[in-house]
Amino acid sequence: MSDPRPAPLLVLRGIGKSFLGVRVLDGVDLDVAPGEVHAVVGENGAGKSTLMKIVSGGYAPDEGSIELAGEPRAFRGPRDAQRAGVGIIHQEFNLLPERTVAENVYLGHEPVRRGLVDRREMLRRTDDLLASIGETALPADARVGRLGVAQQQVVEIAKALALDARLLIMDEPTASLADHEVELLYGLMRRLQERGIGLLYVSHRLAEVFDLSGRITVLKDGRRVTTVDTADTTADELVRHMVGRELSSYYPDRAGPDDRGPVRLTVRGGGNKKLRGVDLELRAGEVLGVGGLQGAGRSALARAIFGAAPFTTGELTIDGTPIRPRSPRAAMRAGVAYVTEDRKGEGIVARQSVLDNALLASRAVFAARSGRAARTVRVRELLAAVEVRAVDDDQEIRFLSGGNQQKVVLARWLALNPRILLFDEPTRGIDVGAKSAIHDLVRRLAREGAAVLMISSDLPELLGMSDRIVVLRDGRVAGELPAGATEEDVVALAVGTVREAAQ
Amino acid sequence: MSGISFLPARRPVPGVFVALTLVLAIGWLVVEIDGGQLFNQSTTVSLLHVAAGLGLVAVGQTLVILGGSLDLSVAYVLSLSTLVAAETMNGRDGALLPAIGLALTVSAGVGLLNGLLVTKLRINAFIATLGVGLLLKGYLDNGYDGPAGSTAPSLVQTLGYQRVGPVPLSFVLLVVVTGAVWFTLSRTRFGHHLVAIGGDPEVARLSGVRNDRVLVTAHVLCALCAGLAGIYLASRLGSGAPRVGTEGLYDLESIAAVVIGGTALAGGRGGVIGTVGGVVLLASIDAIFNQLEVDAFFKQVIRGAIIIAAVAIYARRALRKADS
Ligand SMILES: Nc1ncnc2c1ncn2[C@@H]1O[C@H](COP(=O)(O)OP(=O)(O)OP(=O)(O)O)[C@@H](O)[C@H]1O
Ligand SMILES: [Mg+2]
Repeated sequence: MSDPRPAPLLVLRGIGKSFLGVRVLDGVDLDVAPGEVHAVVGENGAGKSTLMKIVSGGYAPDEGSIELAGEPRAFRGPRDAQRAGVGIIHQEFNLLPERTVAENVYLGHEPVRRGLVDRREMLRRTDDLLASIGETALPADARVGRLGVAQQQVVEIAKALALDARLLIMDEPTASLADHEVELLYGLMRRLQERGIGLLYVSHRLAEVFDLSGRITVLKDGRRVTTVDTADTTADELVRHMVGRELSSYYPDRAGPDDRGPVRLTVRGGGNKKLRGVDLELRAGEVLGVGGLQGAGRSALARAIFGAAPFTTGELTIDGTPIRPRSPRAAMRAGVAYVTEDRKGEGIVARQSVLDNALLASRAVFAARSGRAARTVRVRELLAAVEVRAVDDDQEIRFLSGGNQQKVVLARWLALNPRILLFDEPTRGIDVGAKSAIHDLVRRLAREGAAVLMISSDLPELLGMSDRIVVLRDGRVAGELPAGATEEDVVALAVGTVREAAQ
Repeated sequence: MSGISFLPARRPVPGVFVALTLVLAIGWLVVEIDGGQLFNQSTTVSLLHVAAGLGLVAVGQTLVILGGSLDLSVAYVLSLSTLVAAETMNGRDGALLPAIGLALTVSAGVGLLNGLLVTKLRINAFIATLGVGLLLKGYLDNGYDGPAGSTAPSLVQTLGYQRVGPVPLSFVLLVVVTGAVWFTLSRTRFGHHLVAIGGDPEVARLSGVRNDRVLVTAHVLCALCAGLAGIYLASRLGSGAPRVGTEGLYDLESIAAVVIGGTALAGGRGGVIGTVGGVVLLASIDAIFNQLEVDAFFKQVIRGAIIIAAVAIYARRALRKADS
């Protein structure tokens, strides 16, 4: 620790925080130098977001001190922190769907002229900001609610940049970005670094952490385990610090020939606004991976099967019977469950308990009385299996960390005991330890006879988990790959450098 | 990102104006068949008078509703304001300005109280403003049996009865206030912040908006609007009227007008132009039914149906939007 770093931009000493008597942070020290990317990693619920909110004025710490550019600070609110030059991109979306991009970006510090909001200036500056991060296709006067998840993330980034922050905090900024957008973000972060801006970066994607950061701090159960120079550590070592145990980096065994059962689901010539001529077959006992770029129609496929945005052409059979699910309810009745990619937006009832949230779908679909006790038992098992960390089942879900909320939603769909399971980015935002638990669970469900369709942008996961992979491009099936395909194969199909793969 | 088409965020014409046109067309036809005349001088004038009173209250109500709050005390504020104004004037033109000033100050004070209860004490707006309303009701019931005070003649002659063609001065006042509020919402930070708070208070807070301050201001402005409506009614009635607000159902009607005008009851979406449309719609229905001499009960049923229909249509729209 004696290297001649420049005077730190941010120094945290002994930060502590409790919620309702539960200690969430305990004596955390951390510092960020100008131009440094300091990554913060840890399991779901380790306290990362809480720490970030303290630095950005969202929460007041119970103990400890914050020093920014040598001056002690006690922020009275986010506004204070912004004034002092601290910007944050929150883990959850912090946008107003009913307002325009520009209105969102400049919320709280709208440019004014003679006391009035200067709309034209606001639009112009937003355009400039978007252009500076390479997003020229995004109009500044579009309503945010009309944008896709990835574009909303771009708006979040622009919003943080608009502050001219000296210290920028990013809490899982890439969780909903496609690869090329992640690239853009990388470029952007480098430029910010060159401008001497300090960056605090929270992510579960270790590859990113290694690509970007200079130092890494590991949090566990609210304490700082260690801070290391990125160059001096390995992913395995990090995981050991985070999880506190050795973790097998292997994926569960694939389905053997005997595991594969009868055909559960077929799609013939399926099409709608976003899909064209999709043919697909899904068997009991197998995990079918679905790859492709953002916007290639992966989620559209799942939504079509689930009846949320049904096929308008072609046919769908489940267990050999033709069916046209017109609503999610119909699909659920037919044994289909869909774990959406936007678990935050579509997922939780904030003020209800963990257990109620997990039981939501089962209660909606099954008759009230029958097997209630058994279902509750099963849900409890599932909550444990996906490693949800909550005080207890009765805790209101809004007090859980982002990753843990997602796990509850996951459990909710699994509780339906579905025969066909559609997963959209099942491990996004979920920590490494729980990730492998979820992989095991998915495989177990398949082995118990479920047919699983899994969409994932995480290529190692897609390749590691799938028995077969279907790659979509522009709403069509670009090709199918067997188990053992490589990342290059998937990417080639996804971007279309190979014409329809011979199979 | 292919194939996503962006509509600019310009708000479409609120459906209320379509409804208004329809109602006027049908109403005109029916009244014509009935042998009457919907748009003669006197009916138009009285329609606009009704609209002016309700409109002033509803425009203020729009502000708090946009911010995710609500004001159920407006009817009592209005009554109180008629009394304060009329009693202070006591028939003297010389006391006109101080009386108006006092009436508005008292109203603003009530708004401030509402705002502080809602923000600082975190009392649900429904309960807080209802409570404040009942407090005022107690005061009014206790102190007054009937009309009191006397409005200055000059005010009666101007705000009360003066017209520009068929348009009463009071309606001009409504147009001016509406314009000012519209401008405030679209061109000031306060307006932007208010809508943001209504959309999601946590997002606003984390973006550096001082939620409490903004909401308190909105409540004060809302009460000021109700106070202004009170001064107008005092000019119509010639005296202070302790029960004019509640008898005119200004609280519920103002909320109805806001909702019919396309503002989301939960806040964050809508605007004041739609509200005025809603007000004129309600007033037109009144005018048409008065012409047709429909009984009061049936009139209420139709109004209720219209309110429910409006909410249902907006809800469907919101659903469709979320779906696409
Ligand atoms: N407002 C709150 N009230 C009560 N408990 C809270 C509150 N906010 C967070 N917690 C608890 O604090 C702990 C840390 O949460 P935090 O959101 O900081 O975790 P995290 O490290 O960001 O996790 P993730 O990777 O899932 O985002 C969790 O156990 C959570 O339940
Ligand atoms: Mg978090």
